Amino acid sequence: MSSQTRSERKLAWLLCAPAVLAMLLVTAYPIGYAIALSVQQIDLRFPEESGFVGLDNYASVLSSSLWWEDLFNTVFIMVTTVAIELVLGMAIALVMHRAIFGRGVVRTSVLIPYGIITVVAAFAWQFAFAPDTGFVNNLPLISDEMDWFGGRFSSFAVIIMAEVWKTTPFMALLLLAGLVTIDSQLYEAAKVDGASAWQRFTRITLPLMKPAILVALLFRTLDAFRVFDTIFIMTRGAQDTESVSILGYNQLISRLNLGLGSAVSVLIFLCVFLIAFVFVRGFGTKLEEGRPG
Amino acid sequence: MERGTKDYVLWSVGIALVLIFALLPVLWLVSLSLKPPDAITDQSFIPTEFSLDNYKSLFEGGIDDSPFIKPLINSIGIALITTVISIVLASFCAYAIARLEFPGKRLILAGALAIAMFPPISTVGPLFDMWRSLGLYDTWPGLIIPYLTFSLPLAIYVLVAFFREIPWDLEQAAAVDGATPFQAFTKVIVPLAAPGTFTAAILVFIFAWNDFLFAISLTSSDASRTVPAALAFFTGESSFTQPTGSIAAAAVVVTVPIIVFVLFFQRRIVAGLTAGAVKG
Repeated sequence: MSSQTRSERKLAWLLCAPAVLAMLLVTAYPIGYAIALSVQQIDLRFPEESGFVGLDNYASVLSSSLWWEDLFNTVFIMVTTVAIELVLGMAIALVMHRAIFGRGVVRTSVLIPYGIITVVAAFAWQFAFAPDTGFVNNLPLISDEMDWFGGRFSSFAVIIMAEVWKTTPFMALLLLAGLVTIDSQLYEAAKVDGASAWQRFTRITLPLMKPAILVALLFRTLDAFRVFDTIFIMTRGAQDTESVSILGYNQLISRLNLGLGSAVSVLIFLCVFLIAFVFVRGFGTKLEEGRPG
Repeated sequence: MERGTKDYVLWSVGIALVLIFALLPVLWLVSLSLKPPDAITDQSFIPTEFSLDNYKSLFEGGIDDSPFIKPLINSIGIALITTVISIVLASFCAYAIARLEFPGKRLILAGALAIAMFPPISTVGPLFDMWRSLGLYDTWPGLIIPYLTFSLPLAIYVLVAFFREIPWDLEQAAAVDGATPFQAFTKVIVPLAAPGTFTAAILVFIFAWNDFLFAISLTSSDASRTVPAALAFFTGESSFTQPTGSIAAAAVVVTVPIIVFVLFFQRRIVAGLTAGAVKG
């Protein structure tokens, strides 16, 4: 190795070290610490009862119906949100790509939800659907008496719509980035051969966009699994709408039960790991294609 | 497309729908914030009477008694400091990745990607415990540190994508023309790198500005509570009145500047969001 390459490597590591340390400081160390906490009984309200308890915390979490119910809620919200925004995002991406006029207006308007604080958006939709302040119940076809936050699935409907509103722009922009890489000559050729617009979409656009779609799905699925802000503001988990992140927060911060809460945290981490693993295993090569450069 | 054709009308309707859907919650918050307290439950989308009472109540009592001024200062300060540190650290790292050859480059990029997917709730418990023993609980650094961690991957990906596009040979060309290395850097490279760096800064700022989970878990008072957390704990005049009007007014105050900013720099933001996620 020449001294030049050696000094280049040294410089590179010096330049990267601060960022790498800052990233590890609040992820690798805390997750190790969370694992250590999760095998102990640590309840800050009863500090004298602390001690090593092995896997007892995991057993309590996994045998409680609350964990499974919250996991169901989280997965339900995740799947519904991502499915709806994939369709909507694709429609918006196509509009932005094909628009002969108004492209700027559409791009401008999809960035508005991106810039707004999630908590603010959650309040806006909550006030809109609330029976006392909201305008939604005044709309035609909707009963004046409708209590949106009084039932489980009507609460889900509002939560999901707020999440879709907030995150569709990101999905649309990712899909648009994939869309612009498709060679327009393919469409011209298909047109000459007599393919309909729908055929061109399903036979050309979708197959060629598969990598971009998978990357967008992976990002948004993991993000949707962490759903917290919107539910916290709208229902705080009432009407059985709690997500696993809310459960973790309640155990850790509201009840100060660090042992049990850490077991929940570690399980959430494992779920995220599992989702990422399934994506990479199932679509690994396709994901690789979706990340040129 | 000709005006007056069927296609033209369809496009216009589609564009109008997207615009209305995107703007609806913002217009609704503005409307709510302008309603006087006794009209807040009139359920109409457009206010019939206007009043600025909700905005006045936000700033009443000055810095010490207002429920909003301190969180606003905390939000701006914490997000700005996070942005500056994150961009400095990320530019060092991105420069090394984009320009230098060294083993471990792919590992850093893969690690950053993994951290971007990391569930923040999994670190909340340990941080809560550690921050209390280190004296960082309910302080600015207590929030800035986790924000740095979770914004660095985003900043690194965006900056690497931009730095790879910079024609670095210009630096040598400037040296040939007699510029000192410092001049070559400040007069040639900095202007070329500025747009990408600025884009990354906007994205990091929005990330820190938006956070709620850390903000409610690692703070307990106005000493460091940011706006999203403060909004969740707003109380009405009495326990019987909902603080709907005040929340709406506060929401408008923190939303409108960001929207103006986002619209002004929309091209950069779109480039940054897609560079960070797809070109990674």
